[in-house]
Amino acid sequence: MKPFTPLTRKEDSQPVRYLVVDDSVFARKNLAKMINTFGGEVAGEAGDGCTAITEYARTRPDIVLMDITMPQMEGIEAVERIVRQHPEARIVMVSSVGYQDNILAALQKGARHFVQKPVKPDVLYEIIRYVLSDEDAHMPAPVGEARS
Amino acid sequence: MKMKLIQPFISAADCVLATALNGSTKIGDLSMEQTEYRRQGCAVRVLIHGEIEGRIILDMAPETAILVARSLGDEEIEASDQAVNETVFELANMIIGNAVTLLNDHGYQFKVLPPEKYVDSEPASNKSETEETAIYFDTPCGRIFLDICMRYNLCPRAERVPALGD
Repeated sequence: MKPFTPLTRKEDSQPVRYLVVDDSVFARKNLAKMINTFGGEVAGEAGDGCTAITEYARTRPDIVLMDITMPQMEGIEAVERIVRQHPEARIVMVSSVGYQDNILAALQKGARHFVQKPVKPDVLYEIIRYVLSDEDAHMPAPVGEARS
Repeated sequence: MKMKLIQPFISAADCVLATALNGSTKIGDLSMEQTEYRRQGCAVRVLIHGEIEGRIILDMAPETAILVARSLGDEEIEASDQAVNETVFELANMIIGNAVTLLNDHGYQFKVLPPEKYVDSEPASNKSETEETAIYFDTPCGRIFLDICMRYNLCPRAERVPALGD
């Protein structure tokens, strides 16, 4: 994976911090590698919705990457609970199951975007940039377009 | 052959393998199986229950799984049973998830059970009601097998709407 122009937080120019939620260790590892190429850092990981809620409160990440189908508590319910407690939470759903009912449910519960697996790094990068752009993150001086 | 049930899995596998492995794939010959599925390497089974029912098996040699894992982004992965299993499970999740999306958009309601390791042969199914299709994909990482065994429990919702005058 080639590096992208790093995304940083607007208020302190520090790397964007991510919480990665997926029951697959393999998937979490792959997302962490992508985050690294985006110039971000993994603040926490969770393998189910319950852990995601406690990890969100503990780490207060800038972005959550949330799987949908997980044991104990599924991603959509976790989104609802996190957003209820932290309305500012920016959550991007990352799932191989991308039918309309699922996407709509996630968005209605407060998710900001959806990306279908297998995740292409350049697609995820653009989505994160979009989700961050409305509030407190920014791109540094443009160096070039995103590279996959 | 009820291609409406089979085709989403073939399309999803082709699309996911080409995208995830970042290379071209070639779909091999499709065949109707008369005997129980014989595992080739590390295999994962996913069961589906609902208006459509059945199971899908994704299967590949351990060395293919390691090449897939490296292609998916973990270039430094060491060959081990755990690495092989995680790779096949994740690939099965992606393929089934994408196929389920297509089937759901066609109006079928069903539940997908979590993937499980497929070790033993399964009992013969009712051939009169079940479509069982074997296919393989030649990928840059090696050959990947997909065995699909599906049947209708009910027509999709769109086809169950009665016509005027019924």
